[in-house]
Amino acid sequence: MKGKGEKFREKLIEYILFALSLSAIIFLAGIVLTLLKEAAPAFRDTGFLNMIVSKDWYPTYEPPDFGMLPLIAGSFMVTAIALMVSVPLGLCSAVYISELAGKKEKILLKPFIELLSSIPSVVYGFWGIVFLAPAIQRHFDLSSGYCALTAGIVLGIMSSPIIASLSEDALNCVPRSFKEASFAMGADRLETLINVTIPAAASGIITSIILGTGRIIGETMVVLMLSGGAAIITLSPMEPVRPMTSAIAAEMGEAAFQTPHYHSLFAIAIILFIITFILNMAAEKLAGKYRLKLGSHR
Amino acid sequence: MKMQAKSLRQYAAFLMVRAVFLFTSFILLLITGFLLLKGAKVLSFDFIFKMPENSMTAGGIFPAILGTFYLVVMSIIFSAIPGIACAIYLNEYGPKGWISTMIRTSINNLSGVPSIVFGLFGLAVFVKKLGFGVSILSGSLTLSIVILPVIISSTREALMAIPQSMREASMALGATKWETVWNIILPQATPSILTAIIIGIGRAAGETAPILFTAAVFYSKELPRSIFSEVMALPYHIYALVTEGTAPQSQIPIAYGASIVLLFLVIIISLSAIYIRQKHRSAYAKIGH
Amino acid sequence: MLRLDTNKNKPDFSSTEIRDPLNRVHIDVSQQPKIRVRNLDFYYDENQTLKKINMDIYEKKVTAIIGPSGCGKSTFIRILNRMSDFAASSKVRGEISLERRDIFDPEFSPVELRKRVGMVFQKPNPFPKSIFENIAYGLRINGVKNSHEIEQRAVKSLKRAALYEEVKDRLKESALSLSGGQQQRLCIARCIAIEPEVILFDEPCASLDPISTAKIEELILELKKYYTIVIVTHNMQQALRVSDYTAFFLMGELIEFNETKKVFENPSDKRTEDYITGRFG
Repeated sequence: MKGKGEKFREKLIEYILFALSLSAIIFLAGIVLTLLKEAAPAFRDTGFLNMIVSKDWYPTYEPPDFGMLPLIAGSFMVTAIALMVSVPLGLCSAVYISELAGKKEKILLKPFIELLSSIPSVVYGFWGIVFLAPAIQRHFDLSSGYCALTAGIVLGIMSSPIIASLSEDALNCVPRSFKEASFAMGADRLETLINVTIPAAASGIITSIILGTGRIIGETMVVLMLSGGAAIITLSPMEPVRPMTSAIAAEMGEAAFQTPHYHSLFAIAIILFIITFILNMAAEKLAGKYRLKLGSHR
Repeated sequence: MKMQAKSLRQYAAFLMVRAVFLFTSFILLLITGFLLLKGAKVLSFDFIFKMPENSMTAGGIFPAILGTFYLVVMSIIFSAIPGIACAIYLNEYGPKGWISTMIRTSINNLSGVPSIVFGLFGLAVFVKKLGFGVSILSGSLTLSIVILPVIISSTREALMAIPQSMREASMALGATKWETVWNIILPQATPSILTAIIIGIGRAAGETAPILFTAAVFYSKELPRSIFSEVMALPYHIYALVTEGTAPQSQIPIAYGASIVLLFLVIIISLSAIYIRQKHRSAYAKIGH
Repeated sequence: MLRLDTNKNKPDFSSTEIRDPLNRVHIDVSQQPKIRVRNLDFYYDENQTLKKINMDIYEKKVTAIIGPSGCGKSTFIRILNRMSDFAASSKVRGEISLERRDIFDPEFSPVELRKRVGMVFQKPNPFPKSIFENIAYGLRINGVKNSHEIEQRAVKSLKRAALYEEVKDRLKESALSLSGGQQQRLCIARCIAIEPEVILFDEPCASLDPISTAKIEELILELKKYYTIVIVTHNMQQALRVSDYTAFFLMGELIEFNETKKVFENPSDKRTEDYITGRFG
């Protein structure tokens, strides 16, 4: 019979599961605390604001300069270029798969897109080095093909399957009844798409772009391999830049443990973390709204 | 007349969408095709199963493949149990209170944290503080945090897909919550949970940034002996060959070969995940609740 | 589910007085009820979905619960085996006793209650396991370990559910290969295998064709010999065919409760009459 022992077992299992699920909170908190602890000396020495707005990043000079502005600017530049590539490519692909493709085509295309988004970034980076960078160097007659443009294009191509896949989900969520109502009023497929389907999926699409942006900003290998690595502030996409992630990846190997340089690299990680955190929270908020708007159609 | 203009406009717009889509697919296929063509030349049995020779300018990439294998296996061991437990708790037990919300928010944020940040965390905590050094252990622990949210959210999706009526049927027979989860929910979710783990494997195999400072080395004389050994890893090997190599003429071809191997690995892993899911889905349609 | 406790002590059933001046709710005091419901209120979020329900469910009789959709009839029987516990933010007040034992008593675990009060759902919901395993599962979780006994009891319950002849050669096949009506009878077999005292049927024929429905009805009349049965139905003919007592619910209230014959032939409330003559619902 079911007795005390059973009740005890049930409770015990629930507590074990609960304890294990705290791992997510523990890791996130652990990451935040570790970053803060390791970055604290850098902020103490230079000052948080000073570090962000100062224009010189010369970590190995004597005395060193730890101004993050060029790195932040580099990240933004590369991200902007990448978005210019991935948003149109990703959205068009999403619209095509969700609205235009035939049934059989769809069954093949969804996994295809998923497959593409699982290709490791180092492979894209490698392709950039052996193919795109030389091509851009030749085409624009540059001294080096490693620049914001190259890194941005490769990042854009790489993230378009992600944006396509998430946007496609959003478009798919739009209830058929919405579209039918539009068709019944004599609208054609294009008008229905522009006036009904896309607006209904808008917050889902925006969510996908936000999540894509987070991925691009946080991506390391492609920018490390392709952005050229110069910590300068520039508006020209043909110039080499040094985005935050590549600065961390390139310098941590050389920065001695517990030196100002080491601490400043953690300080960059904090900025990165804050940016992606904000993007994530925004995406979560929007996604919640989106579900609310379309009700429980899924 | 108006009708015609309208349909023409639609035709043109859809043609454009289709063209952009084809262009996107073309580029992505171009990238893989380009690497495949170049890499196929160096690919051979020896390339996969031999040690590197002549300071990485000849020979195979076996230690890198093996290292990636170790890292992936270990990181799955570390992340699968908490990941699946967390998904079960959130979906089957989770009270709707603030703690569940916090767990969910943490998972979402964890999945958005840049992988290099995980790398720094691993460096500060596993390598330095806990003193595991640059090792398989540090690297796989770091990777396990990277794939934890992947496993949790895929598993949750699997659990959510199981009809509520299954839970009700079991509880109405006098089953406890855990009996229901263990005997009814988990067996049905097994293929999807397997898919979740495979997706995690794919992710762990391809990640470079988290192992940059926690596990990977460009060259090691011998195969790893224990979990405290540093290892060569496939993605890092590609990166190192093209950026740190001293003899590009002979090392770039090796990098092509390594890229192909990595690409094949990841694609096979993803395909098997997709296959299992698709098969399971069609089996599911039969229940029809 | 939260219980708003009006009476911390064990309820004193004998003294519970029912205010029903019109005598629409006819409770037969000469019979000892299997389940006794007194002043039952149920809230879902802030909405009260059941209001002051008083009724008795008699042993080895079929009690039908009828009423238009949304009247609270499904909610009501789900409280009887506390399946309603899973509905978030719901509250219950009042008393229900199974053989004089308060079902909300913290000592009386819902798991134990559900073993004694089984349930068959609206849509057949067999587990995606073999036909045999569907029945064996319930037995195993209720502590039957001997495989010989499991087999015996599975066969017995399949026979009792009038399914044995149709499936005896394919007990190892998936339950999902059965037709809808067979699946529902399998669910009944699964339920009676653990020998409950009461079986709750929540619109068991809602998704079945007329022939399968007839089989289930026949089965219910047969099962009445062994079990106390409560059946929710929106089909008044079905209530008339299978039940001994009928309760008519409307907007969360119990409007009328009496012997089925009386309710259908001579309802004491105008609304009951309107409903059974098809004027609404």
